[in-house]
Amino acid sequence: MAAKEYLKLLGIDVSPFAIGVHMALVMKGVNYEYIAEDLSNKSELLVSSNPVHKNVPVLIHSGNPICESLVIVQYVDEFFTGAGVPSILPADPYERAIARFWAAYVDDKFFPAMAGIVLVPTEQKRVQKVKETSAAIELLEEAFTVCSKGKAFFSGDSIGYVDLALGSLLIWIETIRRMCGLEIISASKTPRLAAWAERFGETAAAKKVVPEADQALQYGKKLQAAVSAAATSKSK
Amino acid sequence: MAGAEDLKLLGMWASPFVLRAKLALSLKGLNYEYVEEDLKNKSELLLKSNPVHNKVPVLIHNGKPVCESTVIVQYIDEAFAGTGLSLLPSDPYERALARFWAAYIDDKLLPSWTKTSRGSTEEERAEGKEQSAVAVENLEGALRECSKGKPFFGGDNPGYVDVILGGLLGWVRASEELYGINPFDPAKTPLLAAWAERFGALEAVDPVIPEVNKLVEVAKMMQAKLAAEAAGASN
Repeated sequence: MAAKEYLKLLGIDVSPFAIGVHMALVMKGVNYEYIAEDLSNKSELLVSSNPVHKNVPVLIHSGNPICESLVIVQYVDEFFTGAGVPSILPADPYERAIARFWAAYVDDKFFPAMAGIVLVPTEQKRVQKVKETSAAIELLEEAFTVCSKGKAFFSGDSIGYVDLALGSLLIWIETIRRMCGLEIISASKTPRLAAWAERFGETAAAKKVVPEADQALQYGKKLQAAVSAAATSKSK
Repeated sequence: MAGAEDLKLLGMWASPFVLRAKLALSLKGLNYEYVEEDLKNKSELLLKSNPVHNKVPVLIHNGKPVCESTVIVQYIDEAFAGTGLSLLPSDPYERALARFWAAYIDDKLLPSWTKTSRGSTEEERAEGKEQSAVAVENLEGALRECSKGKPFFGGDNPGYVDVILGGLLGWVRASEELYGINPFDPAKTPLLAAWAERFGALEAVDPVIPEVNKLVEVAKMMQAKLAAEAAGASN
């Protein structure tokens, strides 16, 4: 039987990008070995497998490294196919284009705004990031209606590409709520996404893969401390 | 003749992102209607077709809009899989490599070039220059890895990465006149320099790349405008 060492995933537990890849692998029912990296002390394997970015996640398949989470997810989708194996991207080219558009929107617009809430050094910049995040999640709420066509997920009856892209950020959305009381997704402002988020969390893949929000909270506090320290030392 | 397909491309002649879509359509031998947008006075059709970003390019296929240049190029490749060249390779691993480098061009190369030419401080522009040098070096390695000695990133024929990078060719050519820099310096990145010549000379590519002197004119006008604004702002 295909041994675990054929597929290795390098990541960190709380990385939304690694979470997305974990879920894709679980959805496909493939065995893999997970190696938790220490980003302050990157392994030889990580640095040699991803020399360009030296970052996680990296999927190593029979010695071949694949980097960048959305590239990895598409790779997993295209490599592992067959009877009974779920598809992550739809078959129709136009639906694929819509899915790629919204996944890119999550990656390029929503995530940087959301991450900025934790990472920017000044209150003024944080307010700006909160505004951008609000605007982005409103658009995603509308996108959900259009994409889901009344079904449970962006992809329909089961989770797919856009669900993974946005769903893997839910742990951080919860963490931001705990860190600064800001509700990015809420039943009052984004009711459809709030309901979707619950359903996402209940899926077998999410239950298996997504860590406790506490872990992300610890990590988030460390990040924020590092940002404050850098800001303080800069202003000296 | 493939007249049943209704293909419309909303664009702006100087945009490298629009050029990507044109290159993909041209390399696949597809007919389409091109609509030049005035970005200071965007058409109803553009605003309706790309409500999220209000940007070009937008490809409208049988009335259905596709937005974002990399999404458009992949769409063209998949929707017209039987026609002309295949832009993405058939092997999943090679596809992953192609997508990785396309993402690299947009996430690292382009921002570093923008920083170099439009950074607001001397320090920022110097940083941009350093980052650009690293980025083109990585791309040179990518070309070596992907082409395996053949003429293009896609091998014997141009493919996805060729199109994504190729969209920048007009501005790469204009860069020498505007900034005295050749981003693909033959001394530092010989493979990329040769690739730029070769790709640019293709029958499907050459007529589609915007004229360098027109790009230079637009850039100079933009520079003058920014300088005037800066001077006005500091009064």
